[in-house]
Amino acid sequence: MKGEMKELKFSVNGKPYELEVKPETLLVDLLREELKLTGTKKGCLVSACGACTVNIDGKAVRSCSVLALQANGHEVTTIEGVADGDKLHPIQQAMVDHGAIECGYCTPGMVMSAKALLAENPSPTREQVKEAIQGNLCADEGYVKYIEAIEIAAREMRGGH
Amino acid sequence: MLAAFEYFAPKTVKEALSLLAKYKEGAKIIAGGQSMLVVMRQRLLTPEYVIDIKGITDLDYIKYDEKQGLKIGALTTHRTIEQSLVIQKHFGVLSEMEGNLATIQTRNWGTIGGNICHGDPAGDPAPVFIALNAKLKLASSTGERVIDMEEFSKDYLEVALGPGEMLSEIQIPTPAPHTGTAYEKLMVMKGDMGIVGAAVSITLKAGNGVCENARIALANCSSVPLRAKKAEKVLIGKTINNAILTEAGEVASTEADPLADVHGSAEYRREMVKVFVKRVAQIALERARAA
Repeated sequence: MKGEMKELKFSVNGKPYELEVKPETLLVDLLREELKLTGTKKGCLVSACGACTVNIDGKAVRSCSVLALQANGHEVTTIEGVADGDKLHPIQQAMVDHGAIECGYCTPGMVMSAKALLAENPSPTREQVKEAIQGNLCADEGYVKYIEAIEIAAREMRGGH
Repeated sequence: MLAAFEYFAPKTVKEALSLLAKYKEGAKIIAGGQSMLVVMRQRLLTPEYVIDIKGITDLDYIKYDEKQGLKIGALTTHRTIEQSLVIQKHFGVLSEMEGNLATIQTRNWGTIGGNICHGDPAGDPAPVFIALNAKLKLASSTGERVIDMEEFSKDYLEVALGPGEMLSEIQIPTPAPHTGTAYEKLMVMKGDMGIVGAAVSITLKAGNGVCENARIALANCSSVPLRAKKAEKVLIGKTINNAILTEAGEVASTEADPLADVHGSAEYRREMVKVFVKRVAQIALERARAA
């Protein structure tokens, strides 16, 4: 039946959920409205700005362009799941220390794209860093600081090498 | 907000096909949804039933052998194709094309089959597949058929899928010896849809270097990915030089029938077809000589 709720079993930031979801719900809306994880931002809603980037099974994906039900059986990580309690993730710490923040709206998406990049490739070239955040638009054009902060974080995560 | 629909997530191709057979025109398949959710949000598409095939892992594969050629399951993601070592080695043009298709975030979730079935004439894979003489395997509950990629696109966002059919595989033959293929598009920013794009495949005769075969397909130059057959004829049978490449571009430009939009007028696009067909054919030629 149209509009019939369907079961969604997945994990968000390591926590398992079993929910009843309307099929037309987008992942970004489920995260923000139902789970109250509002760190993930809504920007363009047409898969152009990257503000809603989350990680699904460790890969950067735009949560405005995925049905919530498509996350069934997958592991979703949002910006709320990146820090270890009060201890910031090296990517977050590098952005704070390096002033890669601007207005902050694009920052959660930037962090999630960078996190997926460094999980796959601990020693990215500058070109690879640029490519990883190519889909994350910053209205303040703070790109250089972001790129540098991701490189600083990568070095930190490799143990300073 | 999307309009309401009933949702199914079959786990096998068979299950998906029986749902399609049951709901026919009222049903729409979603794979990665990277294009489809945008048109659903715009209410250009309001299906009663959505059949989500993204979880059918049987259709996520890349197989290659020299005799059979390349076979790509419809649910293989763009990112998997981009990073596939087999594809980089034997069909480098596909990996290059994927590297400029939208962004990593989109390529991580979007599928090759979804892209082809969306039927956007500005899409990158279709013209490359046409240049590579690809075929598509379409499955339904009553059997399978194989059609040329070139025959698949019917009109803007319309493809030759029957009501009970779904795309299951893309098949690309191993190119003849001394073949080179290339694709480039005009972008303002890396990852943009091409204002125009051109895919060219050139096969040379062993020994004398005469062009034995050529295939040219254009992106965003018509309501479908457009094969520029007259421009191909300019190349075939010739020892290609700069003047012939220029002529091929000019002829392709007369075959193009582009729309005007905010990214460029129709006249501008036709001019760019001249530039891109020449430029891409030059690269394909160099690759054919090196092959």
